[in-house]
Amino acid sequence: MSKHIIELKNIDKVYDGNPVLKNMNLYIRKNEFLTLLGPSGCGKTTTLRIIGGFETPDKGDVLFEGKKINTLPPYKRKVNTVFQKYALFPHLTVAENVAFGLKIKKMDKHTMEEKVKTMLHLVNLSGFENRSITSLSGGQQQRVAIARALVNEPEVLLLDEPLGALDLKLRKEMQIELKNMQQRLGITFIFVTHDQEEALTMSDTIVVMNEGVIQQVGSPIDIYNEPENRFVAKFIGESNIVDGIMLDDYLVDFAGYHFPCVDKGFGQNQPVDVVIRPEDVKIVTPAEGMIQGEVKSVIFKGVHYEMQVTSGDFTWMVHSTLMEAEGTQVGIQIGPNDIHIMKKEAEA
Amino acid sequence: MNKKWISAPYLVWMVIFIVVPLFLVGFYGITVRTDTGFVFSLEPLQRCFEPTYLKVLGRSVLLAAISTVICLILGYPIAMILTSKDFSDKNIYLMLFVIPMWMNFLLRTYAWLTLLEKNGLINVLLQKIGLNPIHILYTNQAVVLGMVYNFLPFMVLPIYSVLKKLDSSLIEAAQDLGANGFQTFIKVIFPLSIPGVVSGITMVFMPAVTTFVISRLLGGGHYYLIGNLIEEQFLSVGNWHFGSALSIFLMIIILISIFITSHYETDKEGSVGLW
Amino acid sequence: MVNRIMQRIYLCLIFLFLYAPIVILIVFSFNDSKSRAKWNGFTLRWYKEMIQDPQIRSALYYTLAIAIIAALIATIIGTFAAIGIHNMKRWKRNIIMNLTYLPVLNPDIVTGISLMILFIFISSRFSILSPGFGTMLLAHITFNIPYVILSVLPKLKQLDKNLYEAALDLGATPWYAFFQVILPQIAPGIVTGALLAFTLSLDDFVISFFTTGAGVSNLSILIYSMARRGVNPKINALSTVLFITVLFLLLLINARSSKDRVRKEHA
Repeated sequence: MSKHIIELKNIDKVYDGNPVLKNMNLYIRKNEFLTLLGPSGCGKTTTLRIIGGFETPDKGDVLFEGKKINTLPPYKRKVNTVFQKYALFPHLTVAENVAFGLKIKKMDKHTMEEKVKTMLHLVNLSGFENRSITSLSGGQQQRVAIARALVNEPEVLLLDEPLGALDLKLRKEMQIELKNMQQRLGITFIFVTHDQEEALTMSDTIVVMNEGVIQQVGSPIDIYNEPENRFVAKFIGESNIVDGIMLDDYLVDFAGYHFPCVDKGFGQNQPVDVVIRPEDVKIVTPAEGMIQGEVKSVIFKGVHYEMQVTSGDFTWMVHSTLMEAEGTQVGIQIGPNDIHIMKKEAEA
Repeated sequence: MNKKWISAPYLVWMVIFIVVPLFLVGFYGITVRTDTGFVFSLEPLQRCFEPTYLKVLGRSVLLAAISTVICLILGYPIAMILTSKDFSDKNIYLMLFVIPMWMNFLLRTYAWLTLLEKNGLINVLLQKIGLNPIHILYTNQAVVLGMVYNFLPFMVLPIYSVLKKLDSSLIEAAQDLGANGFQTFIKVIFPLSIPGVVSGITMVFMPAVTTFVISRLLGGGHYYLIGNLIEEQFLSVGNWHFGSALSIFLMIIILISIFITSHYETDKEGSVGLW
Repeated sequence: MVNRIMQRIYLCLIFLFLYAPIVILIVFSFNDSKSRAKWNGFTLRWYKEMIQDPQIRSALYYTLAIAIIAALIATIIGTFAAIGIHNMKRWKRNIIMNLTYLPVLNPDIVTGISLMILFIFISSRFSILSPGFGTMLLAHITFNIPYVILSVLPKLKQLDKNLYEAALDLGATPWYAFFQVILPQIAPGIVTGALLAFTLSLDDFVISFFTTGAGVSNLSILIYSMARRGVNPKINALSTVLFITVLFLLLLINARSSKDRVRKEHA
């Protein structure tokens, strides 16, 4: 299970003088669903293209099952790709698109037809064999692209923002469908997206990237609850990030109050960033609160209310199912488990 | 795969058959032949400025310019009519403009030769309704007529394509702001169609100023244009040096027109950027 | 309303101006008399004479042979060139595109005389390429290639960049990907370019006029030399045939591109 199917070692890549990947190290375990997450231009697609064989790294090595494949052309790799805009061949029918890879392998016609049929069934497109690509909806094209890649039984499937062009409802459905498919087939999926919610929903492992550098690698829960730095905390979900001082193990000072917490090992009187998710901020009466503030605005968000609570010179974002009226004086409570401490970055 | 090399045959081809020949023209244009071989000389170029030849040059530019103006006056309304909403079948009309453009140039010119000659159809018809026959064949008028006839579609099409792309809400906005039909045209439609007008002008002017066929067939032997002069230097007189010098002149005229066009095209982009 | 009628009348007059000479030319090709003004009854005499005229026959042969060979070679060179240009870096592409536009923008007469100088220059020194069929063919290929490139390039630009990569990803070698994926996608552009090249070749006079040699005339050159000697009903017959041919080719090209447009709109 913990076997590394792909390893990237000290990868550098420069485009027209701009570094897009800086000394990148990453390993991908067999059968995991790994997501490369980050804003556009962070190098996630380049990483995928290096694994797919469409780009060669300027420096460093790409290993596949321990073997170096830096310059192996795409058609010799046991990897298939689902492209962002699907890249379906418009001059071929649905079935011909799916059969494309099999035909190259000179598979006999009968087996080929069987495989195409099974695969189209898997992606819920039975009966679409002879339809032309242009007559399909976005969601259907998407599924043809997945079928076309999967029919070759790759060891690794690369997906480059494949859900980006779909509307919200369809995207949610496809997220679940893709995750199910991955678990059923037991194939390694490497998924690229800039949508943090999508990443949290689908992945076993999330790799957060920014400006060509990996920021954090971890499970969705780790990434969400224990962001390693400001960038990750800001990028994944909404959060309150406060300057604080780690007084001692399990005790942090911020917003004029000494909070008990569960973090240790930062040393004494170390400046730190404190991350508190808006849903972890509890509103209580001013007397009960650790700190006091005034509700500045309330927005109804469906399931919860989003409130801005000003206390001193910091404005807290609070998500709560209970509403407090604007102008109300309130208290704020934060539990020890909800306080996440990050080392201060030596930031610019 | 590095696919760049597959354009290599083309590059070699273009160097041999486009670049080298043009260099040869340039070479002949600035040399004369003496007993010892080719010698650098400005004589061929200077000869272009002799009054006889300047007159030919002037006539070429003048006749081409007159034809261009006539094409513009005739063509602009056509383009406007074709873009007006009333024409649901405008593709067919457009097609009707393209078809003659693709007919052999010589045949189009020849057709007028048969119409305009002394006993041609026009004169026969004129006499039938009791009018005097006209004798314009082998005159400047016939040359201009031939140019307008041959190049009119070149004026209509670029103006049409610019007008077609014109945002109709701009016209509505002008009307909304109180402009009448004429003001809308002067203040909005025409200024915005200038790129089309300019490329139409170059597309008519360039072939008109370089032609030697129209002038030879309709202008008879007496009305020389620069094209005829070049042809004559190469095919009958055999003075390649002077012929090349004239060609260089012709290219300079063309270059200037292209430069003006491209200037207007970038100008258009610039004004778009201002929005 | 009045406006609209005026517009129609104006258009009709313009079309009369454009088409009357052509129509009259065609009508009088069937006239049983040398006169271009009086109708003396229907005849196919001029067509018969045209077909039997050895000069016209040889001109037809040269015209077709050159148009077919030139279009074929120009299409091959031009298509590969377009693919190469498409994959070039911007500054390199700009230089080469300027070179490509050169023969398109340069006056035909200059292209014609410059090639004539080249051919005579070479033949006088190396006793190859003496003016004639070969030189005319080379000239036609030269002015055809840019049009092929300009027809193929837009198709390459429309092409989804990932299609080629997708083919490689599915196991296709670069050549397989080219023939099975790229070529079918850009084929409409190639065919349009070939038809355009063929039509231009068929139609060319000026460049042919300067690059041919003694005894080799295409139809345009023949028409020119006949027209200079005065009007001849055989030219009318020939004109009609040529006009119908070009019209047919044009409709073919147009049908192709509109079919293309329809397909795009459905996509």
